[in-house]
Amino acid sequence: MSVRRLAPDALQPASFAFDEPNRAFVAAQIAKYPPGRQASAVIPLLWQAQKQAGGWLPRAAIEHVAEVLDMPKIRVMEVATFYTMFNLEPVGQHFIQLCGTVPCHCMGAEDLKAVLKTRIGEERQVSADGKFSWLEVECLGACTNAPMVQINDDYFEDLTPETFGRLLDDLAAGRPVKVGPQNGRAKSEPLGGPKTLLEPGLYDGSAVGAWTAAFDERIAAQKAAKEAAARAAAEAAQVAAAQPAPVPAPKPAEPKPAESKPAESRAGQSKSAAPAPAAAAADDAAKPALLSAARDGRPDDLKLIWGVGPKLETMLHRMGVFHFDQIAGWSAANLAWVDQNLEGFRGRAVRDDWIGQAKKLAAGWRPESAVGEKPTK
Amino acid sequence: MLHDRDRIFTNLYGRQDPGLQAALRRGNWDGTKHILAQGRDWILDEMKASGLRGRGGAGFPTGMKWSFMPKVNDGRPHYLVINADESEPGTCKDREILRHDPHLLIEGAMIASFAMGAHAAYIYVRGEFIAERIALQKAVDEAYAAKLIGKDNVHGYPFDFYVHHGAGAYICGEETALLESLEGKKGQPRLKPPFPANMGLYGCPTTVNNVESIAVAGTILRRGAGWFAGIGRPNNVGTKLFCVSGHVNTPCNVEEAMGITFRELVDRHCGGIRGGWDNLKCVIPGGSSVPLVPAEQIADAFMDFDTLRGLKSGLGTAAVIVMDKSTDIVRAIARIAHFYKHESCGQCTPCREGTGWMARVMARMAEGRAQKREIDMLLDVSTRIEGHTICALGDAAAWPIQGLIRHFRHEIEAKIDQYSANPHGDPVRIAAE
Repeated sequence: MSVRRLAPDALQPASFAFDEPNRAFVAAQIAKYPPGRQASAVIPLLWQAQKQAGGWLPRAAIEHVAEVLDMPKIRVMEVATFYTMFNLEPVGQHFIQLCGTVPCHCMGAEDLKAVLKTRIGEERQVSADGKFSWLEVECLGACTNAPMVQINDDYFEDLTPETFGRLLDDLAAGRPVKVGPQNGRAKSEPLGGPKTLLEPGLYDGSAVGAWTAAFDERIAAQKAAKEAAARAAAEAAQVAAAQPAPVPAPKPAEPKPAESKPAESRAGQSKSAAPAPAAAAADDAAKPALLSAARDGRPDDLKLIWGVGPKLETMLHRMGVFHFDQIAGWSAANLAWVDQNLEGFRGRAVRDDWIGQAKKLAAGWRPESAVGEKPTK
Repeated sequence: MLHDRDRIFTNLYGRQDPGLQAALRRGNWDGTKHILAQGRDWILDEMKASGLRGRGGAGFPTGMKWSFMPKVNDGRPHYLVINADESEPGTCKDREILRHDPHLLIEGAMIASFAMGAHAAYIYVRGEFIAERIALQKAVDEAYAAKLIGKDNVHGYPFDFYVHHGAGAYICGEETALLESLEGKKGQPRLKPPFPANMGLYGCPTTVNNVESIAVAGTILRRGAGWFAGIGRPNNVGTKLFCVSGHVNTPCNVEEAMGITFRELVDRHCGGIRGGWDNLKCVIPGGSSVPLVPAEQIADAFMDFDTLRGLKSGLGTAAVIVMDKSTDIVRAIARIAHFYKHESCGQCTPCREGTGWMARVMARMAEGRAQKREIDMLLDVSTRIEGHTICALGDAAAWPIQGLIRHFRHEIEAKIDQYSANPHGDPVRIAAE
């Protein structure tokens, strides 16, 4: 943050109002935003006001913008003092913004600063003839053309102290200057001419429509695959309906763990707290498809799901869950079924949005931490 | 090397006319209606399958981000907001898209808006890009005139595209700060949740995407997710604009395959390191927010998200800042610390106070005017800023300093030693004659 204050009263003009062309500009800006959201136009309007006022924003202009936009004055004042492109004090006719951030710094911005100091003086001071003032600013986004300055609206790039000095001479004398790189480059291609994008076929129109045949083929193939999958699913459903799903053989009941040893009961005595048989039967409808073993013997690292540790992973493996895409494909009912069967961890699956997490993981996303990334919803 | 035919930004260097007629000849707006006809779900599936990861720095899968938007409209309009507040030091790729390939961007915005049920897109262009803003507005006007976009356009999906601009605040590149700024407030990030996909611009479902992520959408859909996913390395696919700046012989922007090695990138496109490879000191591979990587680790590393994260850095925006052995690395990182001090929005105390504190300590260390125990103190303070702020600016301010201490602690110590060995380092005043 930097401290930014309005210019002293002695410098402030008594009044400000948009001139005729700018009133049209204001209307066009406000029209971009939905009704009642005219405050959105505050930055473009302040910018235009700054232009009209000669490169800086007097208090009267800020207040005028507040009136035009029907905003409290303090809100506009906040914006004017927050954004650093609003100059709160008078600037020279050629206002030079020197980029001093790292890429320019490495390429000689300090040398340019020395030029400015000797020719114009200290930062923020308007030269005696009123022609120049300068300011060191942060990255202007032309880093491959470092070092560079912005003078009023234009970028001047690839500078050396010599070319910069000449540029200042030309501006002082009112001679025309070349905007952009000053070392013979056109834009941001390598010096000496581009090494890529040389193929004429890119520009002669032969690219137009060249993709459609392959595109339509792909679409047809995708459609066919989808239909085949739908057919296979329908067949599988018929088969499943014909023969009732095998009910797992009930395991011998284990002794109920003592109340004083809750840790042990959590440690995976899965059947002791199984839901009552009636509930189990109802629940089976919600049971997701499970695998007997990981595909290719290579299970996904389920611990990447936030909230799943080694213990839960083992439990899931026992249940028949090995892959992210399995979880990603569950319905809410499936998830609830699994949740009910997480011994000692009930509620985790829903609370931690396993389906959402698994969807991301199945799509190839990986969290920064090995324990996963906490779901944010 | 990536073949010219596989490059998406065919007018990167502005050697062709950015206007609509030339853009059409380059294949922009080619069959957009046919793509939209495949439906919203198809576009989302295809974008997910392409493996495109957001190009704004964080690398979040773009297709997935789009799919977070509510499927059913609850009466609130949906918005696409494009982040063209390109201010990350080292990054200058979106500028080229805005001024040279604007129609790719506008077309991508239309497709993305269609996929998320939005009828309006706002693009937030950084304030300093005045010529770029004018170039983009010209392209938008052309697209309206040709009825490619607008209320009643040839694609049959009402879509408006508005150019908005900022006024010089780095923090507005953070998505919620950008939304605040777009609503006409100070750009101070919002707490999440609620996420923009539920409550973004004007309280409506909003997706914020980087310019590059949006501009590649049309070409990906035309040529197929398989084409894009086939370039690069697993989980780090596609093409990427690299901005190589600093001490290489010919700094430039170039579109290359993800996962190209640093050596190939520099040798092929940038004429090698200034003074040869032995003269390489370190590289900041993803914009000033990521920690630097010393020469021996970066030289043959793949330039992609996962490899660079393995080197405790990151691909970020692929803004590659190269520093040779003439660089005073402590001073360079001190300059970065100054940058974050300048750009902190002032909302969270750890960042507002911490960035200033770190910048002051770094400025002293750059001169050697410090004590060695302050290095550990600096490291400790940086970890108290990191992760304790609403947005990632606090992290971004801490990481470069942590990277410096991790790899170049000896240089800081050498400066301190040198300073303390010369207690009268200040120049002796010469009496006026």
